[in-house]
Amino acid sequence: MAEPKPQNAVSKMLNAAWVRPLLFLVFIVVAWDLSIRLFKIPAYQIPAPADVVAVLRSDWPELLRQCWPTTYATVWGFLLSALFGIPVAMLIAGSKTVESYVYPLLVFSQSVPKIAIAPLFVVWFGFGILPKVISAFLLGFFPVVVSAVQGFKSVDPDMVDLARAMQGSRFQVFCAVNLPHALPAIFSGLKVSVTLAVVGAVVGEFVGSNSGIGYVMQRSIGTFDLPTMFAALVLLALLGVILFWIVDRIEKLVIPWHVSQREDVIFAS
Amino acid sequence: MKPAKAVSETVQPAAHLRLVSDRAAGDTSGIRLSGVSKTYRTRDGDVPSLRPLDFHINDGEFFVVVGPSGCGKSTLLKLISGLLPPTSGEVLVEGEKVTTPHGNVGIVFQNALLLPWRNILSNVMLPIDMKRLPRQEYLARAKSLLKLVGLEGFEKKLPWQLSGGMQQRASICRALVHDPRIMLMDEPFGALDALTRERMNVELMRIQRETKKTVLLITHSIPEAVFLADRVLVMTERPGAIAAIYDVPLPRPRSLDVMADPVFTELVQRIRKHFFSQGTLD
Repeated sequence: MAEPKPQNAVSKMLNAAWVRPLLFLVFIVVAWDLSIRLFKIPAYQIPAPADVVAVLRSDWPELLRQCWPTTYATVWGFLLSALFGIPVAMLIAGSKTVESYVYPLLVFSQSVPKIAIAPLFVVWFGFGILPKVISAFLLGFFPVVVSAVQGFKSVDPDMVDLARAMQGSRFQVFCAVNLPHALPAIFSGLKVSVTLAVVGAVVGEFVGSNSGIGYVMQRSIGTFDLPTMFAALVLLALLGVILFWIVDRIEKLVIPWHVSQREDVIFAS
Repeated sequence: MKPAKAVSETVQPAAHLRLVSDRAAGDTSGIRLSGVSKTYRTRDGDVPSLRPLDFHINDGEFFVVVGPSGCGKSTLLKLISGLLPPTSGEVLVEGEKVTTPHGNVGIVFQNALLLPWRNILSNVMLPIDMKRLPRQEYLARAKSLLKLVGLEGFEKKLPWQLSGGMQQRASICRALVHDPRIMLMDEPFGALDALTRERMNVELMRIQRETKKTVLLITHSIPEAVFLADRVLVMTERPGAIAAIYDVPLPRPRSLDVMADPVFTELVQRIRKHFFSQGTLD
């Protein structure tokens, strides 16, 4: 824990976590703008950044309103995938029998493209929020299960023996050893899951919907309104980033002891 | 006792090179194994791990097992702690037949196996949590054990902030906190450097003297075995059986100087011969 070197204001600002990606983003936007001007790309193929910004500003209330159904479907889909994914992973990791029956089928089901079966949900569940939640859940579920299974399985058997030799019940040993050990892997699964849940919700909206960001995209592409389409994309990306960030924050609270979080521990102590 | 091979060797000059049998037959204290064998059932058929073993570890004794790797030493440890049922025979701890984990043991493995999310003190308290004993009563004991091994002031540190030797000391505290009669140690210092290892040996001997626990320690190092033990059990290659049991008549307390003692060196030589006759000890 060496004393931090004295830094001037500029390099200190450069080192802030959010500055570098922001600088890179500015670079990309400038490159985007320049290449449109340079190669004379027509506006119906790629809109200029300024046009997208203009749409974002003028249609802001409407776009924001359309964000809610998508966020709602994403969050519920994500929560469901965590709620079902972790127990399913526990069962798969805990029992060879369950694993041999369930795991191959799970992988098999994952190979079915969700976009292909999404219309089916419309047939079954109509045009409401439910088919979108299910679509988000189906995409988010698998990464949670795979990561959590790996997490539960990587516990040192000696450690489990040690706790069992102290007459710990199965449940006690699970809570004291297996579950905390699996948490880092579970969280990495949850992070993948939350971004995929956004995709799932949008896929659900593509197929049959009259609200949500997916619907906005579908509609604007139909009328060659590319600036709106791009504005929707920007919002979608923002939604993904914010949800990811929330999960990341929770992870830091729940597993401050993990290697990936260690720097924070040093500075906190 | 039925030592398998060594018995054929008739020349046994000095007292400390003689094979010994149990001193306290019929005693219910300590650990008694009678006809204990273990065979693992795997997909490729049965794999015998231990041939029937008969021996008795006296209460408060420092008993060390040496043997080549894969001779079933770790299986022995699991049988005594009740984690595994024997295929035949029975294990008696303090006169009680062992069928399930009985909690009257503290275990130390080669790796310290501290839980990274618990600080040192609450790692030491793990057995108390598992056994649902009153936390408050044992907290003072945990702290005094940490003091005994020289970890005072490290209670609130996380395991990765400690060196390997310190982590292993903490795991010894964890094995002792619930005041078990028996300490089972599976190559406890195998992962440490040679210097730390010697220091830990001296320290372990001191801890055993102060706590008067029955210790069963498994090791690959013959000098370590002779240095620590009251008796040394030599095991054969898999499936493990008893090759010999030796008394170590060196007076206690022992310092590292004892390693220069002729009794010590002769005994080390004698034990080493077992492994040269049957292969290697890695």
